[in-house]
Amino acid sequence: MASTPLESTGAGRGSLRRYATGFILSVALTAIAFALVMYGPLSRTATVAAILAAAVVQIMVHLHYFLHLDASSRARWNVLALLFALLIMVLVVGGTLWIMAHLQYRLG
Amino acid sequence: MASPAVAAVVPAEEARQADAVGRRAFGFWIYLMTDLVLFAALFATFAVLSHSDAGGPDGKALFNLRHVFAETMLLLFSSASYGLVMLAMRRGHRGAVLGWLAVTFLLGLGFIALELHEFHAMILAGAGPSRSAFLSAFFTLVGTHGTHVSFGLIWMLVMMAQVGTKGLTTPVRARLLCLSMFWHFLDIVWIGVFTIVYLMGVV
Repeated sequence: MASTPLESTGAGRGSLRRYATGFILSVALTAIAFALVMYGPLSRTATVAAILAAAVVQIMVHLHYFLHLDASSRARWNVLALLFALLIMVLVVGGTLWIMAHLQYRLG
Repeated sequence: MASPAVAAVVPAEEARQADAVGRRAFGFWIYLMTDLVLFAALFATFAVLSHSDAGGPDGKALFNLRHVFAETMLLLFSSASYGLVMLAMRRGHRGAVLGWLAVTFLLGLGFIALELHEFHAMILAGAGPSRSAFLSAFFTLVGTHGTHVSFGLIWMLVMMAQVGTKGLTTPVRARLLCLSMFWHFLDIVWIGVFTIVYLMGVV
């Protein structure tokens, strides 16, 4: 069938069950994060840690269930490119925060 | 005599097309990764300036989390409905592709409408991008994401026209695949936005 070309790329895969699982997990993680901040049952530090963890898990859920990234050979180059982008992001964000915090300390 | 030759040509042609689509999808993925680095720079800027409110309103005073939750749900539902576009496309159901594209478009449009409403209300209340460094960084980061979503919506209209006039040809399928990556990618960036900008701004 004409659908064969898309099967060769990772993003062309997916089934209804896969999308539904990703969607339900994402709704749950979003609801938990908003509820923790809106109703505030935890301390401030614990809330920040929990919402950051929920965001990281939800990003992985999206990558796996919506963008179909995994360790298979079909998606391997996509994953490598993503890991490289993550390295740059850590350098940009981490480096900026480090330098600016240090500068503020020195000037303050 | 002619049939073996034809039989040999058709799979070769299909393999060539599969290769072309795969290369295109990977190229588009590389673009998305560079876009991710752009957003990383904007997130870093926001993180540095998030407390520099110059005596103006801070996140706690400005953000309405119910409103942001509604925006988040619209984008998440639109991501899921784009998944249904891809499933319909693989089954070759042109009508279903058009229908789910329209649903995705309307959900995305609802997201943009809510965001513009929020920006408008903030600017009217004197909390525009020129009020403080925090608000400059806020409008730049959230506005850049909103601009991406708006371009995605325009792309979606173009794809609806192409599916309507050309049908589900291989180039049209390749474009629908790239748009699906773009759309899911924007939802992933939004997870960062609602967590770091809105939730951490209010907590």
